[in-house]
Amino acid sequence: MPGTYIPSEYLPVAIIFLFAALIGLGALVAGLLVRPRRPYVQKLYPYESGNPPVGEPRYKFSVKFYIIAMLFVVFDVEAVFLYPWAVAYDKLGIFGFVEMMLFIFILLIGYIYVWKKGAFNWE
Amino acid sequence: MPETLWTVLKVFIVVNVVMLHVAYVVYFERKVIGHMQARLGPMRVGWHGLLQPIADGIKLFFKEDIIPSSADKPVFYIAPVIGVIAAIASFAVIPMWEGFSLANINIGILYLLALSSIGSYSIILGGWASNSKYSFLGGLRSSAQVISYEIAMGMSLVGVMMLSGSANLTDIVNAQSQTWFIVSQPVAFFVFLMAAVAETNRTPFDLPEAETELVAGYATEYSGFRYGLFFMAEYAGMFAMSAVATVCFFGGWKGPDVWFLASIPGVVWFLLKIYGFIFFYFWIRATLPRYRYDQLMGLGWKLFIPLALANIIFTGLIKLL
Repeated sequence: MPGTYIPSEYLPVAIIFLFAALIGLGALVAGLLVRPRRPYVQKLYPYESGNPPVGEPRYKFSVKFYIIAMLFVVFDVEAVFLYPWAVAYDKLGIFGFVEMMLFIFILLIGYIYVWKKGAFNWE
Repeated sequence: MPETLWTVLKVFIVVNVVMLHVAYVVYFERKVIGHMQARLGPMRVGWHGLLQPIADGIKLFFKEDIIPSSADKPVFYIAPVIGVIAAIASFAVIPMWEGFSLANINIGILYLLALSSIGSYSIILGGWASNSKYSFLGGLRSSAQVISYEIAMGMSLVGVMMLSGSANLTDIVNAQSQTWFIVSQPVAFFVFLMAAVAETNRTPFDLPEAETELVAGYATEYSGFRYGLFFMAEYAGMFAMSAVATVCFFGGWKGPDVWFLASIPGVVWFLLKIYGFIFFYFWIRATLPRYRYDQLMGLGWKLFIPLALANIIFTGLIKLL
């Protein structure tokens, strides 16, 4: 097709994904032929120090770090903005620097706020 | 077409060499830790235990693959495979010597960070799908670790990108022909090193596995070669992280340009530096106790992220002046 861009430098990436998947899946499938398979009820229990498992493992409980998980999204997006800025830093000059400092400064205020609010303390 | 075939061959060779190194780094680890604890390490299989990795591989291959009846089957099946794919595919962008990397793409660093994040998915998914309490806690801890360290890791590499003006790993190595970035970015290197240890789940940040608390953490319910795949992913991930540290801070394939040292091929320097980092991994494993996970998250958020940010601002200032 005319006008279709084929990123040829990514071909090795595709091939290495294929090979890696082949190693993983191939070893498991080939192993099917030689490994024994003798399941019984007790063997298929989830491990709990040799006792029959008690209760469900997926019961509801409080994950203390959920606030951190939300902050992670914010700061990860910040990190994403930093990459193109860093690569183009030489071309942006003083303007780019000031702009990014403003951006980091605003985030820093939020960072200090959540720290003071105790988001980084779990008790 | 011949060119494509040549690419396939190159990838095939690189993947196999990586797998060989991954097999023998386990032997290396057992030897190093053994001698650090005044033991000999593996000695029985072959001369000084040199055939031990092969024996281990064959043993794992012939072991029964036990899948707990309460496990979430499809996720349980693919979780270790995801880990192996993510770990091995990292080597596609690593420049191994002058002018050789499988894929010379201009977003090399982003690609590596993305793959290392995908690698932790395999642990989270594996821990969740096992439907066992130990595995679940392991997976939960892994997610806590990811959200604490990934940001610091990404930000620590921003300084390197600012100095070299590129995210292409070959360009980054070439930008270090005068001085290595370890000299100009020591803080970033420190943050990256710690984040890399946390990212690959090694002691002192091996909470998801934590064999003394959680049996084997996320891998408790895995057996046979499926467990072996997790193992392979972990060690290949260590290799990938060591390679990134070498490329970004220690001048990649470049060695000292003096005397007979200049005639040693680049790939030798590259491997020497990588094995230096691998040795460092084992060294801290034999030295340090494990962190508690709230301490670990506190360390990531209260120390490493401010450090990495300060490093970015500082580097920007220095470059402007």
